[in-house]
Amino acid sequence: MRFTRTRSVVSRRVALVRSAAAAATLAFASAASFAAGPTLLNVSYDVARELYKDINPAFQRAYKQQSGEDVKIEQSHGGSSKQARAVLDGLEADVVTMNQASDIDVLATRGKLLPADWAKRLPNNSAPTTSVTVILVRKGNPKGIHDWADLARPGTSVVIPNPKVTGNGRYTYVAAWGSVLKAGGTPAQARELVRGIFANVPVFDGGGRAATTTFAQRGIGDALCTFESEVNLIEAEFGDGFEVVYPKSTILAENPVAVIDKVVDKKGTRKEAEAYLKFLWSDEAQEIAARHQLRPRSPALLARYAKGFPKVTTFTIDEFFGGWTRAQKEHFDDGGIYDQILAAAKK
Amino acid sequence: MVLSRALHKRYSVLPGFDLALGFTLLYLSFIVLIPLAAAFLKTFTMSWPAFWDAVSSPRVVASYRLTFGASFAAALVNAVFGLVVCWVLVRYEFVGKRLIDALVDLPFALPTAVAGIALTALYSGNGWIGRWLPFKVSFTPLGVWLALTFIGLPFVVRTLQPVLEDLPKEVEEAAAILGATRLQTFRRVILPVLAPALLTGFSLAFARALGEYGSVIFIAGNLPFVSEITPLLIITKLEQYDYAGATAIAVVMLTSAFVLLLAINGLQAWTRSRQGRG
Repeated sequence: MRFTRTRSVVSRRVALVRSAAAAATLAFASAASFAAGPTLLNVSYDVARELYKDINPAFQRAYKQQSGEDVKIEQSHGGSSKQARAVLDGLEADVVTMNQASDIDVLATRGKLLPADWAKRLPNNSAPTTSVTVILVRKGNPKGIHDWADLARPGTSVVIPNPKVTGNGRYTYVAAWGSVLKAGGTPAQARELVRGIFANVPVFDGGGRAATTTFAQRGIGDALCTFESEVNLIEAEFGDGFEVVYPKSTILAENPVAVIDKVVDKKGTRKEAEAYLKFLWSDEAQEIAARHQLRPRSPALLARYAKGFPKVTTFTIDEFFGGWTRAQKEHFDDGGIYDQILAAAKK
Repeated sequence: MVLSRALHKRYSVLPGFDLALGFTLLYLSFIVLIPLAAAFLKTFTMSWPAFWDAVSSPRVVASYRLTFGASFAAALVNAVFGLVVCWVLVRYEFVGKRLIDALVDLPFALPTAVAGIALTALYSGNGWIGRWLPFKVSFTPLGVWLALTFIGLPFVVRTLQPVLEDLPKEVEEAAAILGATRLQTFRRVILPVLAPALLTGFSLAFARALGEYGSVIFIAGNLPFVSEITPLLIITKLEQYDYAGATAIAVVMLTSAFVLLLAINGLQAWTRSRQGRG
């Protein structure tokens, strides 16, 4: 009895010494890597975690070959707007990779961290990849949902993440609204359609993945609106009890990226940060993105992965809404059209 | 009288008063006062009508009703059932008592999001518990209440426990010998002693519930005017970079919570003084 006790004290001490040693090594290691090359911080949106886990090592290899320099890349992920606020509040991001342009616009307008015309500095509106908002229905499509209008039918229930707090929800809203305009309809008709759809929402989850859980696991709703890029993941996680419906037209969700001038100039990492973003347009990175079910910009790669990306009529936020900043103000800010629609539905 | 006592404090047998008080003030300033003052300051960037608009729109008012109502109901239920749990833990010996005792603290330690997701799964229409219930719990105000009850439980149990442990059995025996029925003993002997602690536990659970976000957000369903809690509307304001609007709602929450807690404290002082007299 006594013997074991002494032994446990000794072993505890050994463990203590060991962990101290480990901590010291760790400190050394990070100091060493700091000395070896610059570190980039990529502040990104939530569901891009898996994507950049694959892209970063590819960039590091490519950049090492090209310039001989080792670059360390740190990632930060969270809700897109939450991340933008963190950068505004002083998180030193060398680059931001978001899923909505307004989350970078705000860094320019409110924070003056980069010029307002940041989107023009890289090709394709500074968005290396895109996705589209699609409708996920239960296997066999028992409710016969084929287009946005079917979601507005009474007796249909559709899960959409909260547009007030999620980009995913906002994209769904503008997709439905824009589809009416694209077909030659009036804003009044668009509003009527959106009102009908949102009156059928039983749960407004606070995130895209939470909405997926509500639909796939809790069995709530006849349909879920989400990005095409989420569909494979949903099927991998929850089985193949679902079908994807491509509406007649939908929004092209662009995932914009930008170098934060104020940070890279202070840290002296502009060269590496710009190379990192440029790499996102390289064949290698575009292929990684395609494998993550994000539509690549490269036509050749889009053709090669065409099976995963059916042709669909799309429109951009600029086409019908005058950009995200204006859409946010008119539709989603307090007292905006989205609030009016919900308040009317309540009465 | 008060003054002379204050002067005497200087020569207290307990040394270190100045140092301790200085540290307390500094600590409280950094942890509590300065952040709260900053919230109030931020709202001063708004004009009065803008402030009023932000805090009194119908949607926000509906959320106050839900947040305060559900928090109050949750604290009330916890006061009753927390007392029962505490009674069982203090008064009886049984197998697995330590385990149950430890379980009570779980809501303290569990990340609130985990609790929220677990409760949502259990009580949704196809969940283990939800499927047997004739009414909906997840994604309704009832779900909000459930989550708030969960996180509030330890506050009541842990504040009552030491008081109940200190209550000598002899007092109850005396009451019984003097002819009191069991109910009379409980109402006139035990409850008055427990009342101040019960109120403390209640107000702690209530205050905790007011600010809760993580667990509620998953189970509420967040339907405007129906199951949106006030903290969600604060997040909503932040989402549109309306920092002032967000802090305006926060200030209303803070002020009303403070007033309510003050009232409960007053009530507590009153019961204590009554008890002293009786």
